[in-house]
Amino acid sequence: MQVSNMDKVFEELKVKHAKPSIKEILDSGKFLVTGEIGPPKGPDITEMIEHIDLLKDKVHAMNITDNQSSVMRYPSLATAILIKERGGEPNLQITCRDRNRLAIEADLLFAYTRGIRSVLCLTGDSIPVGDHKDAKPVFDLESVQLLNLIRSLEDGKDLGGNELNEPVKFFKGAIVTPEANPLEPQLIKFEKKVEAGAEWFQTQAIYDMDHFAKFMKIARQYPVKIQAGLVLLVSAGMAKYMNKNVPGVFVPDKLIDELASAEKGKSIDVGIKIMARQIKQIREEGLADGVHIMAIGKEDVVPRILEEAEIDINEL
Amino acid sequence: MIVTKQKAFEAILKELDGMEKVFLVGCGDCATLCETGGEEQVKEMAERLTSEGKTVTGSVVLEVGCHELDAKKEFRAHKEEIDSADALLVMSCGAGCQSARAGVEKPVFPANDTLFLGNVLRYGQFEEKCRLCGDCLLDITGAICPVTRCHKGILNGPCGGTNEGKCEVDPEKDCAWTLIYQQLEREGKLEKMKAYQPPKNWNTVLKPGRHVIERKRGGDAGE
Ligand code: SF4
Ligand code: SF4
Repeated sequence: MQVSNMDKVFEELKVKHAKPSIKEILDSGKFLVTGEIGPPKGPDITEMIEHIDLLKDKVHAMNITDNQSSVMRYPSLATAILIKERGGEPNLQITCRDRNRLAIEADLLFAYTRGIRSVLCLTGDSIPVGDHKDAKPVFDLESVQLLNLIRSLEDGKDLGGNELNEPVKFFKGAIVTPEANPLEPQLIKFEKKVEAGAEWFQTQAIYDMDHFAKFMKIARQYPVKIQAGLVLLVSAGMAKYMNKNVPGVFVPDKLIDELASAEKGKSIDVGIKIMARQIKQIREEGLADGVHIMAIGKEDVVPRILEEAEIDINEL
Repeated sequence: MIVTKQKAFEAILKELDGMEKVFLVGCGDCATLCETGGEEQVKEMAERLTSEGKTVTGSVVLEVGCHELDAKKEFRAHKEEIDSADALLVMSCGAGCQSARAGVEKPVFPANDTLFLGNVLRYGQFEEKCRLCGDCLLDITGAICPVTRCHKGILNGPCGGTNEGKCEVDPEKDCAWTLIYQQLEREGKLEKMKAYQPPKNWNTVLKPGRHVIERKRGGDAGE
């Protein structure tokens, strides 16, 4: 086979794939375990690097959030490259809030040349929920169109219909909200994402396993892999806050009571226990193809969660 | 109609800093309905400016503030009052303010902020339902505009922010995509929502927009 120009580019840029990709893990039928890195506000990335080093061998891949909650932060793309350089596997999140189609396409070309293989396509939160409330929202595209855009780049064409000098290749991810209310419009969107080329999904945070099992009955009809999204609960207050303020998230009373019954200052331990229990259940009952762990600032407890869940990715 | 809101009086005074003599321009259409540029508001503005020591040389409420030919005609009729003024204060929308701009050489200042193209729900209540995108897709959305009524203007169904049919940015506002879903379901046309909508062409009208009605040959070309 002819060596493509891209192979030379990868070689020169020393793009090494130290870890199997998300696609390879899922294709091999393994239970996919991913974590999340939230870049910091400002150029001091020492703590983030500690988190990356702590997680890179404990999870298969790390999501990097893209100006999460519309709060300006260190860029997701730069963080994805950093993860790659440190021997981890990044899952680059791209939102449509801050960049138009030209900027997103250019970012994707760059990401590809740096060996980024997995991209999670999101619409993005709205500007007013963030910390730059006067900014102009872009939303030139949304998640379904972003998936289609990548497919187009993979066919060697940009959205202007112009030929690329080489096509790109990504494993395309998307998100779905099993607790959305109403659910039907969300399911239509889910189906559209599948049709637009989404190959795997991470869910918005789920807590009610019975609900989730029902959702998975529907979702299993589609030829995609699904990871259950889990957000670490650190207190009963946080759970109540999420119920009230985060659309599509529902923490059952039983879990809130369990958190509330914790000794003073120990509720995070209960949160860890809850998440470990849920990971075990999801894995043992085959409810999903993996889990996506969102510890939101408490990345240092992720190894403990995995230990309690009896998960060692090297032995899966 | 074009929905406007009067600027704070202090901000108007700041705009007019150094301008002692002012001619006022109102609008008999949208700005009258929004109570920002009708006869009554023009009169009130004249009184407030006078009490601040300014001289109001005269005023006119145009039939429609954004009609440039009409504005020019009216300005000719008020030539002396305008000539003796240092500036014009326009109590109309941004478009009306600029038809005044086109009609005189004097400095022109806006008294209002222009908010959106709004439907009148009832007297004094307006809601934005069309953003003038130049390529109307209401045929596929049950005549509910996602470009305008969805906060993000997205075209392929709801984002993850829908909360019991309300929008993530404001629990008082309906999620447009929930409304569209409900309408298309009533019509038995959910397949319209299931069809992929490609990225929108935001440049169907090259900005700034310009449009000339094509006249049939031999027809009345108007004025
Ligand atoms: S799609 Fe919406 S914004 Fe565009 S013309 Fe129609 S109603 Fe107006
Ligand atoms: S909640 Fe509904 S209206 Fe609000 S941004 Fe999302 S889809 Fe649009």
